[in-house]
Amino acid sequence: MDATTTVIAERVDYAARADMSRRNLWSGILFGIGVVAFIDETVFHQILHWHHFYDLSTPDVGLVSDGFFHALSWFATIGGLFLLADLRRRRAFWQRRWWGGVLLGAGTFQLYDGTIHHKVLGIHEIRYVPDLLPYDLTWNLLALALVAAGIALTILTRRSSIPAR
Amino acid sequence: MHDHAPAAGLDLVLALPFALALVAYAVGVMLQRQRGRRWPWFRSAAWTAGVVVAAAGFVGPLGTDAHAGFVLHMWAHLMVGMVAPLLLLAGAPVTLALRSLHVDTARRLSRMLSSWPARVLTAPVPAAVLNVGGLWVLYSTPLFEAMQQNMLLHLVVMSHFLIAGYLFTAAIIPVDPAPHRAGYLTRAVVLLLALTAHGILAKSIYARAPLGVDVIEARSGAMLMFYAGDIVDAIIIVTLCAQWYRHGGRMLRRASATKPVADAA
Repeated sequence: MDATTTVIAERVDYAARADMSRRNLWSGILFGIGVVAFIDETVFHQILHWHHFYDLSTPDVGLVSDGFFHALSWFATIGGLFLLADLRRRRAFWQRRWWGGVLLGAGTFQLYDGTIHHKVLGIHEIRYVPDLLPYDLTWNLLALALVAAGIALTILTRRSSIPAR
Repeated sequence: MHDHAPAAGLDLVLALPFALALVAYAVGVMLQRQRGRRWPWFRSAAWTAGVVVAAAGFVGPLGTDAHAGFVLHMWAHLMVGMVAPLLLLAGAPVTLALRSLHVDTARRLSRMLSSWPARVLTAPVPAAVLNVGGLWVLYSTPLFEAMQQNMLLHLVVMSHFLIAGYLFTAAIIPVDPAPHRAGYLTRAVVLLLALTAHGILAKSIYARAPLGVDVIEARSGAMLMFYAGDIVDAIIIVTLCAQWYRHGGRMLRRASATKPVADAA
C-alpha cells in the first residue's frame, strides 16, 4: 500500500461507512440518473438534434412520464451530489459502492428511456431515420451492460469490512 | 383592445406599491443600523433586485408589451412568478419587519403569521396548487385570451403570479422564521411534483396553443417556459439541498459536542 492510499484509508470511518451503505448506493443511483439525463439533453437534443423537444405523436401519458423524469433528473443530479458531500463529511464515502450505484442508476434510466419512453410511450425516437433498429439495439444493449456492471459492483460491496492490513 | 394613451398615469399608480416596498425596507434597514444591529448587504440587494424585477412585469415596456405577444407574456411570467419571488425571499422581509417594528406590532404580525389561514397558505401542497394550478387554469381555459384584452384582469393575473410564486418559494425554501415548516422530504417531493407539472404544462402548450395564441408563438413561449424554468428550478433545488446539508451539519456538531459528556457520565 503506498502512502496516498494509506492516508485515504485512514480518512474512512468504517463504522460510519457501514451505517451509510445504502446512502452511498442511493447517492450513486441518483447521480447516475442525472448524468444520463444530462447527456440525453445536451448531446442528443441540443448538439446532434436527433431527439425532438416534442414529437407530435406523443400521447398524454408520455408527456407525464417525460415531465416527471425531466424534473427528477435535475433533482437527482443535485441531490446525489449533496448526499455525496454529506458522506464525505461523515468520512463514510465508499467509492466502489457509489460507482456501483452510478452504473445502476445510469443503466436503468437509459433502459427505461430506450424501451418505455421511445417504444411504449412513443415520446420521440433516438433519431428520425428509416432504419431505427441499429440505434435501438446500441442504446438498449449499452444500457443492459451498465445495469449488469452496476449489479456486479453492488453485490461485491454488499458487506463493509475493515480491510486487512 | 385597450388603448395605450393613459399609460403614463397608470404606470405611476402601478409603480406606487413597489416604491413603497423599497422605502419600507430601507427604513427597516436604517432602523437596524441605528440600533447597531447588522443587516447583511446581500439581503438589501436581493430585495431591491426582487422589487425591480417584479415591477418590470407591471410597469414599463415589458408590462405593456406582455399584452402583445405570448413570448413576452412568458418572460413576464418567468420574471414576476419565479425570479422575483426568489429574490424577494432572499431579502428576508419578515425577519426585517419583526426586528424593526414596535414590539406590540411585531407580536401582532407574528400571531398573524402563525394563524391558520397563513399556515395553510404557506404549507407546500396548497402553495404548489395555487402556483402551478393557477398556471394550468390560465393556459388551458379562455382566461389567457381574456386577460390579454382586459387591463384589470391582466393585473389580477400578474399579482397572482407574484403572490403565489412567493408563497410557493417560501414554503419550499423558507428563509424567514416559519414555525410550522414542513420536513425536507415533503418539501422535496412537492417541489419535484410541481416541477413535473410545470414541465408538462410547457410541453402541452407546445402541443396545443392557448386560445388566441398563434401556434409558432405558442411553441417559442413553451420552450422558453421549459428551459428558463429549469434554470430557476435548479436554483431552488440547490437551495433546498443546501438547507438540508447545513441542517445535517448542525446535527452532527451537536452530536459530537454531547458525546464526550455522555461518555464521561
